[in-house]
Amino acid sequence: MSEVAIVGIGMHEFGRHEGVSGMEQGAIAVRRACADAGVEWKDIQFAFGGSSAAGAPDTMVSQLGLTGLQFINVQNGCATGGSALFSAYNTIMSGAYDLGMAIGFDKHERGAFRVETKAREGRDWYGGSGMALTTQFFGMKINRYMQENNISQRSLARVAAKAMRNGSMNPMAWRRKALTEEEVLQSQMLSYPLTQYMFCSPGEGGVALILARADQAHKYTKNPVYLQSAVVRSRRFGSFEVLAPSLSLEYGEGPTVDASKAAFEQAGIGPKDVDVAQLQDTESGAEVMHMAENGFCEHGEQESMLEKGETEIGGRFPVNTDGGCLANGEPVGASGLRQVYENVLQLRGDAGPRQVPNNPKVAYTHVYGAPGISGVTILSR
Amino acid sequence: MNAQVSINESVLELTSDGPRLKGMRCKNCGNHVFPYQGGCPKCTGSDVEPVLLGTHGTLWAWTIQGFPPKAPPYLGEVDPDKFKPYGVGYVELPGEVKVEARLTESDPTRLKIGMEMDLTVVPLCKDDDGNDMVTFAFSPSSKGDA
Repeated sequence: MSEVAIVGIGMHEFGRHEGVSGMEQGAIAVRRACADAGVEWKDIQFAFGGSSAAGAPDTMVSQLGLTGLQFINVQNGCATGGSALFSAYNTIMSGAYDLGMAIGFDKHERGAFRVETKAREGRDWYGGSGMALTTQFFGMKINRYMQENNISQRSLARVAAKAMRNGSMNPMAWRRKALTEEEVLQSQMLSYPLTQYMFCSPGEGGVALILARADQAHKYTKNPVYLQSAVVRSRRFGSFEVLAPSLSLEYGEGPTVDASKAAFEQAGIGPKDVDVAQLQDTESGAEVMHMAENGFCEHGEQESMLEKGETEIGGRFPVNTDGGCLANGEPVGASGLRQVYENVLQLRGDAGPRQVPNNPKVAYTHVYGAPGISGVTILSR
Repeated sequence: MNAQVSINESVLELTSDGPRLKGMRCKNCGNHVFPYQGGCPKCTGSDVEPVLLGTHGTLWAWTIQGFPPKAPPYLGEVDPDKFKPYGVGYVELPGEVKVEARLTESDPTRLKIGMEMDLTVVPLCKDDDGNDMVTFAFSPSSKGDA
């Protein structure tokens, strides 16, 4: 039995919001989470906040109220939200506090992430040479993976079309217009074999989650969702990671495999017990590869799973039911928490037209990002 | 003719025998890393030395950069009307390391995992003195495996 429950969730719509700062979007998410749990900001004893491009999260207390709470900033690439949640989870596990928050928000400039690196000496040769693009890594990894495991480009289009279909049913999503597989395939080739609509875009948004001691959860909600595990792992030698000027000759498994195994072990369950999953889909290929890396299928099996629609909301194993990063965009600080927000809705039975049928009981989230980091959570009701 | 200058001499040296990449070799376990760094990610040791890496290898993974990167940091052409897509890949240098580099080939039908590649340079821009600033790239070996 888990000792930590999620008792309140709040989200600011993802997308582009002119005239609203990233931090304001975070503050709105916090107020919505408080309303959801029936608590006030002054009841919150501690918070972990994450943002990569929208300011120091702890300064948001000036908008929310100067209550003197413990507020710690977290910055950990694409796993920023997951790391905030991991930290909040462990703070309650430790017994230090009973009620706290994990908060994430962001607001990025348009276009692919700008990555500037520091050379040991002299000019930024990596970015200067036209490498240092996260999109290139995704193109290279899936290109090789497709050849090794007989995955077709049609499968990549199926993933993107599913994301847009699910996003079209999500009022919080950025992209809410369904796209056909043909439209996806015919959009501009950005990083072969990935086209424009196979990629997510850096965006804006905020998410806040309220965590409580499990034995106190019913004070706040009649539908507590229990956090069975929260794991963050960095890469080991031999893995193939984003923004790596060189790779070792040895080729080993990445941090997703490690984080997934540890999360399942901590929760005492296996991949077959999971009813719904949100898997990092910075592009279509990532969702395909992460299905296998997280233990939900064998490498190569994705081709037939996608063809049969098994990862659709009504399928055997629904993946990215809220439209994922592809439909929501990626405000880095908030993205991992968005996945947890969606899973809480699914486990409460509150996901509306996106609701996975047959009362899902176990839900899984996974984020991956630079420079080779993965975060996994397992939730149950 | 303008002189060629390296984008950064600490990673790319232009020698009279052609371009060379400057990497690290771990004296303890033999692992190689590019560029040079002060510690070994394999054995965690710090007894390392600078080495010039090999100039020939095989293509391990690749993509085509289809849109202009942001500047900064990119030093090449960013005007969408003039930008030409370019290949990017990892080339496996036997016994050493896989190096990420630009590729001179940008046609997906002419790139194949396992093909033989040689180190060369490609121009990026003019430096302040009007020299051609170049970075490293790999091109399909002339002996060819088409």
